[in-house]
Amino acid sequence: MVLTAREIWTALHGMVFGAAYLLAFTAGLVGLYSLRESWVTGKGIIERITRLKWETGIMALLSFLTVISGTYIVYPWYRAAPPEGANLLEYPRSFLLADPNLSAWHTFAMEWKEHIAWFSPILTVAVLYLIFRYGPALAQDKYKNLRWMIVILFILSFAAAGVAGLFGALITKAAPIL
Amino acid sequence: MSAQTKTIPSGPAAAAMISAGIGGLTIGILTTGAVLSEALKNALVLYVPAGPLSGKTTFGIAVWLLSWLILNALWKNKELNLRSVFTWTLVLLALGLLLTFPPVFEAFEA
Repeated sequence: MVLTAREIWTALHGMVFGAAYLLAFTAGLVGLYSLRESWVTGKGIIERITRLKWETGIMALLSFLTVISGTYIVYPWYRAAPPEGANLLEYPRSFLLADPNLSAWHTFAMEWKEHIAWFSPILTVAVLYLIFRYGPALAQDKYKNLRWMIVILFILSFAAAGVAGLFGALITKAAPIL
Repeated sequence: MSAQTKTIPSGPAAAAMISAGIGGLTIGILTTGAVLSEALKNALVLYVPAGPLSGKTTFGIAVWLLSWLILNALWKNKELNLRSVFTWTLVLLALGLLLTFPPVFEAFEA
């Protein structure tokens, strides 16, 4: 069993950075949802905010690693133009476009994935900043609206990453980077 | 707990949210713009192997951070209507997402 350098990078992009981001989301969402002074003690709020800072900080890092490795390492292999007479299986974009039954994996799935993915790090960093800036105060009732706004931005960041991740997995199934 | 009595102005939150919307909209505008204009598409190629995607995302990130820096400096001590700011943020993000949605930007293709 041998993985090529391209397969290793593709796995790092999607199955390590991207998947870890998606898995971390639930912990962050639960932490944000339950951050209420009526539910948690003062010490509990401090502990929860510290945990949220670490979780969203790691998620922000993972989301940037995912989009940067995707855009600058994996995507160039995907979109490379094949030389005359080349085996199209080694050129995923051209392989998909050559078959009318598969072309939508590029014209719709990849075209959307490559752009929507970048919304995720932007929104995750905004959430991270708000958690750092407002800290334990977010548990107070007077910041209830802001807390809900953060939850919605966090869900949107996950949704953007989820769309990109899902299409990434499906495109890789249709035309893997070898 | 001291944090329970301290009030933090809403300006920094407003700046963080609106600038995220501006960043998203910028990516959307550049995505559709690259379909409308061959010159823009070529100008967005900052890294040839990645094509115009490199420019769309680099400029999107740059505009996001720059707008955040400016808005935060302007609003850091201000109290703003966060509900309205958040609504605008969602509008900007929705427009950005719409402009990156292939059926939408493909409609502009010649």
